[in-house]
Amino acid sequence: MAELHLKSYRFRAEREDDWRRLEKLLTKVGKGSARALSDEELLAMPVLYRQALSSLSVARATSLDQGLVDYLESLSTRAYFLVYGTRSNLVERVGGFFTRAWPEAAKALWRETLVSFLLTLAGVLAAYFLTLHDPDWFSAFVPDSLADGRGPAASAEAMRSTLYDHGEHKGLSVFAAFLFTHNSGVALFAFALGFAFCLPTAMLMAYNGAMLGAFLAVFGMRGLGFEAGGWLAIHGVTEISAVILAGAAGLRIGWTLAFPGDLSRPAAMAQAGRQSATLMAGVVVMLFCAGILEGVGRQVIQNDWARYGIALATLAIWPAYLYLPRRRSAA
Amino acid sequence: MKPATKTAKAAATTPYDPGAREDTRARSLVTPEGVDLKLRLGDAGERAAALFIDLAIMLGVLIAFFLLAVLTMVGTKGKGWELVGTLGLLVFFILRNLYFVLFELTPGAATPGKRAMGVRVAARNGGRLTADAIFARNAMREIELYLPLSFLASSGDKVSAWINLAGLVWCLVFVLFPLFNRDRLRVGDMVAGTWVVKAPTRKLAPDLVETSRPPVGRFKFTQAQLDAYGVKELHVLEDVLRRYESKTIALVAARIRLKIGWQAAPYESDGDFLAAYYAALRGRLESRLLLGKRRKDKHDKS
Repeated sequence: MAELHLKSYRFRAEREDDWRRLEKLLTKVGKGSARALSDEELLAMPVLYRQALSSLSVARATSLDQGLVDYLESLSTRAYFLVYGTRSNLVERVGGFFTRAWPEAAKALWRETLVSFLLTLAGVLAAYFLTLHDPDWFSAFVPDSLADGRGPAASAEAMRSTLYDHGEHKGLSVFAAFLFTHNSGVALFAFALGFAFCLPTAMLMAYNGAMLGAFLAVFGMRGLGFEAGGWLAIHGVTEISAVILAGAAGLRIGWTLAFPGDLSRPAAMAQAGRQSATLMAGVVVMLFCAGILEGVGRQVIQNDWARYGIALATLAIWPAYLYLPRRRSAA
Repeated sequence: MKPATKTAKAAATTPYDPGAREDTRARSLVTPEGVDLKLRLGDAGERAAALFIDLAIMLGVLIAFFLLAVLTMVGTKGKGWELVGTLGLLVFFILRNLYFVLFELTPGAATPGKRAMGVRVAARNGGRLTADAIFARNAMREIELYLPLSFLASSGDKVSAWINLAGLVWCLVFVLFPLFNRDRLRVGDMVAGTWVVKAPTRKLAPDLVETSRPPVGRFKFTQAQLDAYGVKELHVLEDVLRRYESKTIALVAARIRLKIGWQAAPYESDGDFLAAYYAALRGRLESRLLLGKRRKDKHDKS
């Protein structure tokens, strides 16, 4: 007859149906999405969640059935993550990213962007003048696999032919996809390396600039500076800006790790990490555009002026989009 | 005193251990309603297993895609290479960089591997798990996972082998990062402000008092017999009864009979005896609990 005296047994018997109902809803969401629930079920969810929480408090205080307490803990935790979790849909999130989050992150990281830009510029200038002075430097800056026959030893004609396509437009989408995936990989790598106190990222930025400078120098020596500029700038404006932003994002996390400022280190890291991650998502988008411009646009458009035109357009559009002040939305 | 030690030992191999060992993994998360959910962190083994499951799935998809690509090439006599090449690069990119992100963006906040191991990602401050946090924690896999893998995979002459080794050792700092902090954060968790917690889906087990209904009436315990144990022993007993391994049951029943001086009736079933004692003990302890006295264990004299 002992069970008649057990209040915990009656407590459980009275509430069990509500718990099971909540569990069923949670399973439904787990299988599909939040849309799997009807309006009625959506409204019931928070109520059931609070009931489960209060059951948990009561059970902890009065019941010695460990199985029950464990079950309620697990049930409440699952419901908590659903009730207080993200529920905005994908369209809203993507919209918010493009209209607000990305430009804001770019603005917030302007100092790092400037540093990253200056590092790249220093790399360009150093490599450019070193290579002009002594062409042997070229091989030090540019790995053979990337040089692809270009270099101080190649003739002007051979160099010119690398700048223009000869009417064969085969496999452009593969080329674009390769450029996009490769460059995004490098950009993410530059970002992640920032965690090691900025140094590897800073080196990567300077080195990236150095490769660019060395390329420009060998083409400049052959009197092909203008043509090479067009060849490079049509996608390079977008691509190099993206890499500079990726470097900025990496520098931010490395810097915050070393000097967290007013917040505690973990809190500061989390804040910096989220902001730079938003910027990095933008970088991937930019690199996607750059991949198409380089893989398709550059191969199809053979005219120098058209190339420069597109380059100038991208040079205007990206900074305007990212840095121009905009009205805050009423919400 | 000795019999109960034995009881605890018999249950020491069970997954539920109410001892202090688990408290180092417990983290409090107080909901806005003011209830502490007492989260438990996922341990290193679970997370490594989850990662290997995910890597295996990624590899499986790659192999399936490769076979499909070969079939397409054969079917189109090599004309489909542009489509296959583009798709191949994109599939590889998506698997490498977006597999984790996309799965963790779902309401379960877990990849198939994590789901299998019963863990999920959560924001450390208890708030929403945002998309940027998920992106940040997975972007850091570049240095935690892919960089060491590339060092492992690359080969070369003597000098570059040494360089690779040095690189690998450097990478180990990031790979082993979770083992050297209290919250088992990997670099990505650190950067994103997240952690990985256990989110097991438990079934509501039947109440032992209910299942033990028939034999209960046959056993009458005295007050003194019920005061032999506390809450800790009750939970161990609950665990023994839920697993119901006949060897353990016989052992534990013998110990308890000895401790409380119970004279077994002929043909008395060990399981029935334990179930009845469990119900009676829980009734006794719970009624004292209502009066504000929680008897922690058998040494608690309150």
